Amino acid sequence: MSTLRVIVTAPTSARVGEVVEIRALAQHPMETGYRRSSEGEILQRDLLRRVECRFEGELVFAADLHAAIAANPYLAFHLKLPRSGTLTITWAGDRGVAHSESVRITAT
Amino acid sequence: MNERRLLLIGAAASVVWRPALATPESMLTAINTFTGGAAVRDGRVKLDLSPLVENGNTVPVTVSVPGFDAAQVRRLALFTERNPQPEVAVFTLGPLTGRAQVATRMRLATSQTVVALAQMADGSVWRQRVDVVVTLAACVEGG
Repeated sequence: MSTLRVIVTAPTSARVGEVVEIRALAQHPMETGYRRSSEGEILQRDLLRRVECRFEGELVFAADLHAAIAANPYLAFHLKLPRSGTLTITWAGDRGVAHSESVRITAT
Repeated sequence: MNERRLLLIGAAASVVWRPALATPESMLTAINTFTGGAAVRDGRVKLDLSPLVENGNTVPVTVSVPGFDAAQVRRLALFTERNPQPEVAVFTLGPLTGRAQVATRMRLATSQTVVALAQMADGSVWRQRVDVVVTLAACVEGG
């Protein structure tokens, strides 16, 4: 298991019921498995396959990614804030990559 | 073996090495898997994607269902006609998503048609297609 470098952009506070944008960026090559190295050997597929975002355990957004997603996968989606709580985003992919990042959002 | 023959073999080998691109037919198969056989209608879903792309390695794309409550949208998906694989991404919207709008960055191996689909809570599937011209294709081969 290995971890990732990620950047999650989310507000630290918002009104209850407000729709806020969440942006998640992970540093990852998203190697397609179709390319060859300069020595002519196929570069093994290495993709992030699934990104999930949950608020206090309840699903907000999930993405199943394929090779056609650009390197350093970027996702922007929305959350309708129900109350104060913790937003957790998880990334999982080939080669046992797994990473989780949490942000506390306070309802005002 | 003369030079011309060597060249021919070289040309044939480079064709073999190139990964097979998806075809409009394989995209339809992938779309069918996504829809579960439901009819696909044009409308409702909006695909924001520049019609002229300079760099196919990272192409900003936004899929949305304007004018509809996010709770009415179950999933959004992106497909391509001529990338090595037709599938790009499938986005699942949970009950806490306040807006049916997702943005990401994708790869385009060549000029082609990109398809966005929205599956509504009632099971109906809606589509928008955008034709894209790519000047620098995403490097599918060796880097």
